[in-house]
Amino acid sequence: MTAGTFAPAAGFGRRRGTELSLIVFAIVLTLTAYAATGLAHGKHLPTDMVTYGLGLVALFGVAHVVVRRFAPYADPLLLPIAAALNGLGLVLIWRLDLAAADSAREAHRAVPRGAAPLQLVWMCIGVALFVAVLVLVRDHRKLRSYSYTAMFFGLALLILPAVLPASHSEVNGARIWIRFGAFSFQPGEVAKILLEVFFAGYLVRHRDLLRLAGRRVWRIDLPRARDLGPLLLAWGVSLLVLLRESDLGSSLLFFGIFLVMLYIATERGSWLLLGLVLFVVGSLIAYATIGHVHDRVTAWLDPFNNHIYNKKFGSSYQLDQGLFGMGTGGITGTGLGQGRPNLVPFANTDFIMASIGEELGLVGVMGILTCYLLFVSRGLRAALGARDGFGKLLAAGLAFSFALQVFVQVGGVTRLIPLTGLTLPFLSYGGSSLVTNWVLLALLLRISDAGRRPQAPPAPAPDENATVVVRP
Amino acid sequence: MNRPLRKVVVAALLMFAALLVNANLVQVVEAHSLANDSRNSRLLYQQYSYQRGPIVVGGKPVAESVATHDALKYLRIYPQGPLYAPVTGYYSLTYKYSGIEAAANDLLSGSSDKLFVKRLSDYFTGREVQGGAVVLTINPRAQQAAYDALTSHHYRGAVVAIQPSTGAILALVSTPSYDPTKVSTHSAAANTAAWDSYLKNPYAPMLDRAISQTYPPGSTFKVITTAAALSTGNYNPDTVIPAPDKLTFANGKPLGNFAGETCSSSGRMTLRDALRQSCNTAYGALGVHIGSARIVNQAEAFGVGRSLSIPMPVANSRVPRETAAPFVAQEAIGQHDDSVTPLQMAMVAAGIANGGEVMRPYLVAQERAPDSSVLSQATPKPLSRAVSPTVAGELTSMMETVVTSGTGTAAQIPGVVVAGKTGTAQHGGAAPYAWFISFAPATNPSVAVAVVVENTTPSDTGGIVAAPIARAVMEAVLGR
Repeated sequence: MTAGTFAPAAGFGRRRGTELSLIVFAIVLTLTAYAATGLAHGKHLPTDMVTYGLGLVALFGVAHVVVRRFAPYADPLLLPIAAALNGLGLVLIWRLDLAAADSAREAHRAVPRGAAPLQLVWMCIGVALFVAVLVLVRDHRKLRSYSYTAMFFGLALLILPAVLPASHSEVNGARIWIRFGAFSFQPGEVAKILLEVFFAGYLVRHRDLLRLAGRRVWRIDLPRARDLGPLLLAWGVSLLVLLRESDLGSSLLFFGIFLVMLYIATERGSWLLLGLVLFVVGSLIAYATIGHVHDRVTAWLDPFNNHIYNKKFGSSYQLDQGLFGMGTGGITGTGLGQGRPNLVPFANTDFIMASIGEELGLVGVMGILTCYLLFVSRGLRAALGARDGFGKLLAAGLAFSFALQVFVQVGGVTRLIPLTGLTLPFLSYGGSSLVTNWVLLALLLRISDAGRRPQAPPAPAPDENATVVVRP
Repeated sequence: MNRPLRKVVVAALLMFAALLVNANLVQVVEAHSLANDSRNSRLLYQQYSYQRGPIVVGGKPVAESVATHDALKYLRIYPQGPLYAPVTGYYSLTYKYSGIEAAANDLLSGSSDKLFVKRLSDYFTGREVQGGAVVLTINPRAQQAAYDALTSHHYRGAVVAIQPSTGAILALVSTPSYDPTKVSTHSAAANTAAWDSYLKNPYAPMLDRAISQTYPPGSTFKVITTAAALSTGNYNPDTVIPAPDKLTFANGKPLGNFAGETCSSSGRMTLRDALRQSCNTAYGALGVHIGSARIVNQAEAFGVGRSLSIPMPVANSRVPRETAAPFVAQEAIGQHDDSVTPLQMAMVAAGIANGGEVMRPYLVAQERAPDSSVLSQATPKPLSRAVSPTVAGELTSMMETVVTSGTGTAAQIPGVVVAGKTGTAQHGGAAPYAWFISFAPATNPSVAVAVVVENTTPSDTGGIVAAPIARAVMEAVLGR
């Protein structure tokens, strides 16, 4: 292109080579972590280093080839970051399996089944779905026509655990599952993406109304009362989720995403303000009426109080043990396989960041956070570059939900905010979460590809005198 | 929509900035207090995951870590537990640590700055970290002699022996004692069981009587009163002082002698004789005459009121200022509110033995790296000048008389000139505390001792009960 031409996608190459070399780096990083853990734990390299390495190469190789073929202009950073986080997460989960097996052996108990092989299976399913999305969804704008279908399924999934009997929905006190026999699934994670599709579709259609109607009261443009419906509905649903399912995290995430997407669509700060007021009201209601929320806040405010620490229910034990681990890790950490992250309950799901803090230290935590920040910023970049409103909103929703989830999750574990029960994208053990995030990645790549793809050069101005052949 | 989107980008950046700052707070600013929280069992696992350094006495470990096969890789054992318990303390996963285990924890655990280079090289070579060794000043023969002398009579009490010229502690014994191995096992239940049984024991076996308990010094304090009198320049050992049968006061309890005895038929005697016979009325009158201020100053010059760590913290001895004459008289003979640790009285004997200069008492002779190289060597330091060399000489000669022909004859060692002073302290109970302080050889002292025994009979005295124990300890040091 010459310097004179202007197009939003100008200058974007395909950059698939960059992506490939970064993926290789992610694999090397994962294998190094794997080897270090093996050396620290058993004084020898893991025996399946080669198979494991080849497996990673195959898995991420397929993902890369599919991107190369079906989304050649997509952002080159997103996939390698996901690969690195997922690979590192797998090593950490394996490392916690080792610790669990060790303590079982010491106590002469049966060695529990490891979580890492299962996570590996979920990883394969995740990549398969990633491929499926990229292959099947050639144009993200097509999703817009499924807005209401997405809403239906999204809401159903979000609310389902609340209406199912506890025996089919409750695990460890949180009623956020669908369980039938050996099969268990956290529908909230999938609901997140479906609802983002719906929000994007709905908001693009109604944004002008929500944007312009209303009146101005003391420098603030207030929307019309009758347009408050969707906001109040979203608020109600998230409160319902909280009250019925004790799922502080999903509730917060759901409302936060809606609010931010509403703000982006309308460009109107007053929505944000109203939403925040509702959020505060909701929080106060939850704090006053839900013992579980009250406990979380108490544990957050005074975690080292012995009384709160030793409480039978709702104690600060888990939070404190996580913090002790991170404090012990300090700046450089104990080294993989050399700490005791297994002292923290749920170390491989909700508290995986504490494991990282303990064994990889502040350095590791900052590295991981930087990866997340890069991922989010590339996601938001895709939103900025999207050429259609729907794509823009959807990418923004996806990327911001990712950011919010990391913030709420890591903030909870490091005692920045009260603890909620969310998983850490790509790192935590858990099929629903992992699979969902691979789909989220595929959608972001799809939108990014569309935004960065060179536009077809404008058709030459039709010559007035030229004969136009109109086919019948 | 890009305008609000850019604001969302800023919001996301701020969220991550908050996370990053907070991670720094947790893992740098608060890291130390989090890591060392008593509820953080990682610390414990870490402490037991490598070999803690030994505590060494006479070339042999009195506390050492041996490899085990359970989750905590090393077990702390005390081969001669009760004998050295007042020195070593314990190292327990249930009750943390005490004694030298606590005071020298940094070195023993290997986290001391002195071992930094070693740790660094271990880190890069992948060698297991090891703790450094602490070599004590204790003389194993003296320690054993003191312990045997106390336990063979089922005495509750304490013995402290000091090398006068350096302040090195040669023996530090407290009975009844406890076995630190039993509270340092890897079983919390076993530790608790042993701990509870020690706590239930009415005779407090875990109390380190030598440094953590104070007693009225009784007549051993007369040495301090004598020092104060001689230091005025108005007295010498042959100065004749009043020694009535009873010292009466205008307001207050009269002061009599032990068992109502008469010190001198003439009612007067020399200072030397007053000390030899431990005459209460003579010292009561002397105390009133020279005044509480001089007595208190003299006590403080011997170290009373100084906070000491050897390196374990030592309980403060106190001799308060008195104004009423009856109390001053009591103070002068080591009663009323006088309360001292056995270590403090050993320092008094050692100060006189050392020509009037009290050396700072210490237990750690050497700190060694895991490879046995010496990291630090104790250097004797003066604590204070208690009396002039002349007064020290006069006191020595008077204390010799106590042993040759006074109340302390039981401390005599054939062929060695011993200087000493008995004490029989009343404390409200039926039987008094028996005291003896001494040093030998009187001309060139190599050991100073203080002995206290709690459980005597009403007719017992320091000369009968405590002097033989002091003799046994001095003999052990002198190689007799």
